[in-house]
Amino acid sequence: MSALLEVNNLSKSFPVQTGLFGRDKRRVHAVSDVSFELAEGETLGLVGESGCGKSTLGRAVLRLIEPSAGSVRFAGQDVTAMGSRELRALRRHMQIVFQDPYSSLNPRMSVRETVGEALRIHKLATSRSDEDAQVAALLVQVGLRAEHMNRFPHEFSGGQRQRIGIARALAVRPRLIVCDEPVSALDVSVQAQIVNLLKDLSEQLGLSYLFIAHDLSVVEFMSQRVAVMYLGRIVELAPASALYARPRHPYTRALLSAVPELVPGARKKRLKLVGDIPSPLDPPTGCAFHPRCPDAQLGRCDRERPELRVVDDAHQAACHFA
Amino acid sequence: MSEPLLEVHDLAVAFHTDDGAVRALDGVSFVVPRGKTVGLVGESGSGKSVSALAIMGLLPRPPARLERGSIKLSGQELTTMSERALRGIRGRHIGMIFQEPMTSLNPVFTVGFQIIEALCAHRTLKRAEARERAIGLLERVGIPAPRERIDAYPHQLSGGMRQRVMIAIALAGEPELLIADEPTTALDVTIQAQILELLAGLQRDLGMSVLLITHDLGVVAEHVHDVVVMYAGKIVEHAETQALLADPLHPYTRGLLESVPSYVGNRGKARLSTIPGSVPELSKLPPGCRFLDRCGRAQADCSLEQPPLLPFAGERSAACIHVEAKAQLATAAADTSLAPGVSPRVDGGGGGSP
Repeated sequence: MSALLEVNNLSKSFPVQTGLFGRDKRRVHAVSDVSFELAEGETLGLVGESGCGKSTLGRAVLRLIEPSAGSVRFAGQDVTAMGSRELRALRRHMQIVFQDPYSSLNPRMSVRETVGEALRIHKLATSRSDEDAQVAALLVQVGLRAEHMNRFPHEFSGGQRQRIGIARALAVRPRLIVCDEPVSALDVSVQAQIVNLLKDLSEQLGLSYLFIAHDLSVVEFMSQRVAVMYLGRIVELAPASALYARPRHPYTRALLSAVPELVPGARKKRLKLVGDIPSPLDPPTGCAFHPRCPDAQLGRCDRERPELRVVDDAHQAACHFA
Repeated sequence: MSEPLLEVHDLAVAFHTDDGAVRALDGVSFVVPRGKTVGLVGESGSGKSVSALAIMGLLPRPPARLERGSIKLSGQELTTMSERALRGIRGRHIGMIFQEPMTSLNPVFTVGFQIIEALCAHRTLKRAEARERAIGLLERVGIPAPRERIDAYPHQLSGGMRQRVMIAIALAGEPELLIADEPTTALDVTIQAQILELLAGLQRDLGMSVLLITHDLGVVAEHVHDVVVMYAGKIVEHAETQALLADPLHPYTRGLLESVPSYVGNRGKARLSTIPGSVPELSKLPPGCRFLDRCGRAQADCSLEQPPLLPFAGERSAACIHVEAKAQLATAAADTSLAPGVSPRVDGGGGGSP
């Protein structure tokens, strides 16, 4: 498999102003030095807790926010070096589905306008009737009905709105969709419908997903490979089966053991983490996880930052002891 | 079963809207025994939070109206109590924590001030004594360096720490019952695990009862004794937690479990089972069973009347008229698999399907 998306040493930092009248200018490193590849037709899951930089990474890949350093290559083209015109053309191939189906749809636009807009921008419809036919087909593809196109977002439930968001992303026949927490705002009984839909679409259309979520079980279900982020860096990257069966990084182990399991009678042995995620303004020295790590060895973990390295086969981890 | 602390009986609450009255709770009855944790599980619009507010006497009236029913705490009727008397109950006998610790704490006062306020609401304390008690509470809920943190403002604390402060405030009155409404929904999984452990520990050590309200079945799986499943304002199933997970009786409960990827039967599946459609609006409920439109096992008689909560073996109940034959079979099987000393763990692959 050739890589559809190659991300190399991508970083994004934001300036923040603290102190009296914002005199103290510092930078918060939301994403630091992240590299990964995504193959055609593959789903890469991206998990981590709030503030780990997973959404920033997803947006930086699409250049919805400008990366501070590093490069993104899509189908061999350097996305980070593109001018706005080229980037616009490229967006046809890279789309995004957002978390909140309530705020990501324009309430004044009908479904026809919302889904058809992208077709018009990229001149993918030959006529008005062709556009309508395409919108109708897209709605059916995501499990809605063609006659829904004349309605407005407020007439739909959360799950249906998310379907509209997916239809909008699919309209331009993209090769990559960044799914940023696509099911976390939905009711449990509706989540499964959307998860199945996304999975079916990727199989039917050969789509690649960068699937960002905090729910580890949804990510396991969706992804071939999974990357775990902590404080802006990838700490573990492995095939989903290997990562869930034998996590190598202590943070991944803690994260997995914190998920309550729906198995009758099972009570997990918890690997308890002390404390909270440190501020990305002032990340710990050495390994960023060392203050919370049960296996940290002072003298090494607080001084040397472990690089993401191959620990076996396709399994990468950023820990001195993995 | 230990004696009941909270008894909710046939509770019905309606809200007046522009489109007419909408019944958010319809004939809800359940019991929270002393020293136990009961989980109230449901999706949006199921009535779980309205139940909590009704128990606390915090429903905004109007638009809400208590149509019928009774709520008893230690035998004392709360629904007919005056606002003044209720103030003596809230905080002192029933504590409550909410989903969003960010918005339920006052940003302009220190956490110490807010805990001391709660401490002094129900008894007279000297200032120094109240401060010491507040420090003790912060320590009790697992906040490191409580002597320094007592003077912190809410914005200086993380989400998990704020939720701990909320719990400390709720504990200030030494309530017998703690109502936790989605206490971990806004938190990350590792923090969620910490807060759930804390609640379980407090429940055990202080002999408190906890009513844990959540949309997430995973949250009730480990620390909750009994689960009440709600759907569109009614209770659809009530059972001991392990029995519910091992063998859900109501089609909705089963569908809900099977739509979660981490449920035992879903390991290695290519697709999840789903419940079709979405939660009905309370103003547009189908006649008869409210789950009718989404139920794979619906039959003609399901639309005739609302199914009552029927009792089943093992002190459990379900509101479905087509569950009987299967349940008897299932209870026979459950009796052997859940015998004491035998691990009831079901390994993947064998996820029971009807």
